[in-house]
Amino acid sequence: MGLLARSKDADLLGLWRTYGDTPAFTWLRSPETGGVMVRGRMGGSGASFNVGEMTVTRCSLSLAEGQVGHAYVQGRSKSKAEAAALIDALMQTAATDAVRSAILNPLAALESEARNTRARKAAATKVDFFTLARGED
Amino acid sequence: MYVAVKGGERAIENAHGWLAEERRGDTDVAELTVPQIREQLKLAVNRVMAEGSLYDPDLAALAIKQSRGDLIEAIFLIRAYRTTLPRFGASVPVETGKMACDRRISATFKDAPGGQVLGPTFDYTHRLLDFKLAAEEDVPSAAEAEARTAATPHITSFLQGEDIIQREPVSDDAPGDLTREPLSFPAGRDVRLQSLARGDEGFVLGVAYSTQRGYARNHAFVGELRIGRVAVEMEVPELGFAIDIGEIELTECETVNQFKGSKTEPPQFTRGYGLIFGQSERKAIAMALVDRALRWEELGEDNVGAVAQDEEFVLSHADNIQATGFLEHIKLPHYVDFQSELELVRKLRREATGKMQEAAE
Repeated sequence: MGLLARSKDADLLGLWRTYGDTPAFTWLRSPETGGVMVRGRMGGSGASFNVGEMTVTRCSLSLAEGQVGHAYVQGRSKSKAEAAALIDALMQTAATDAVRSAILNPLAALESEARNTRARKAAATKVDFFTLARGED
Repeated sequence: MYVAVKGGERAIENAHGWLAEERRGDTDVAELTVPQIREQLKLAVNRVMAEGSLYDPDLAALAIKQSRGDLIEAIFLIRAYRTTLPRFGASVPVETGKMACDRRISATFKDAPGGQVLGPTFDYTHRLLDFKLAAEEDVPSAAEAEARTAATPHITSFLQGEDIIQREPVSDDAPGDLTREPLSFPAGRDVRLQSLARGDEGFVLGVAYSTQRGYARNHAFVGELRIGRVAVEMEVPELGFAIDIGEIELTECETVNQFKGSKTEPPQFTRGYGLIFGQSERKAIAMALVDRALRWEELGEDNVGAVAQDEEFVLSHADNIQATGFLEHIKLPHYVDFQSELELVRKLRREATGKMQEAAE
């Protein structure tokens, strides 16, 4: 669910459309956008305080066979929340493996590639200190 | 006093029509798109998210477009939108120690584990206008090196090992929330930090600068400054456990401040803390300096009467939307107020000139 929440709207929806098989479902809670107050810790480790809110869209649905899917995704895309909840529900059905290989694995690969690229660029800006030799050693 | 003023509907409508045209500017120039603002004016977007107190880059970019680049107006739009959102809950406090850092520097320890990582910084540029940017051209890709996989521990954790820096009291109590209860004084450090995090960058910078110039000086070193992404987790009632609900970019600054000890505390290093949405290190450093100055009472320091020590002054004036709302309302019609002032001054003047004439005769 974390992977789905963090994914870019276009990445998730693209993979979901390619997967192509939207099962029949009924809404338990139709998509709704709201705010979540993000908290931090004083000094990074102490008591908590409120930093500010972020937008989140959530929904819940159930498949015709009864599996319930929930989604809490970052941002305001209702179609992303719907796809995420359907994927969550499908992961409890016989389609688990198909969904994992068609959607979750590629999504995880995209995320990890994006992270690694930033980490590699950051590593290239790491300072190598050197001391000039002076005096007799 | 406000009075109901009738009339002016057509003037207002036409003014707004002209505003829309002026916003668009010369139609021979291509129109800006919201994604262009989000990607290419990212630091403006970050500021609108931080002071609008809502992390949503697309909305902040839209607000900047709508406000013609007036960032305080854009923050106003975001604050207004924010009030329409139902609150789903609060996150688990973010773990900045697990941040995927784009930038991480320390002014106190050269050889800190994890190293000094500069990231995409303006530092060490010559601040000369780059006329090449006036022409569109492709940007070469940034250099890459082998990525570090080890965690990047907080610098203060090393000082804590030696027990030479103040420890932050840990607590899981729900913090005060300015968006739910009005400010009251004394405010706790939780509310102070929330207020500074969404406060005006210029104001917080000015107050922080005043401490450096000697008004409640607190000798700050930037122990650590880090910018990067952290996961946001929330307990979801439907599931009964916490899940990631997204990932945000944050700037965190921890200052390490000289402290000779006080009536209640032994000599040790003390700390100030700044945490801001997006990449905003000027604001994060300023927040940490002001946070430290406001902790005078807790540390048993003297109140020297400096602005930076005055919680009520700082918190009451840090919010640029409150400030601009009150400031700008004085341009709205005050015809009756002024009419009564006019009558009063005329009357006083008549009486005064009458007395002067009598004295002359």
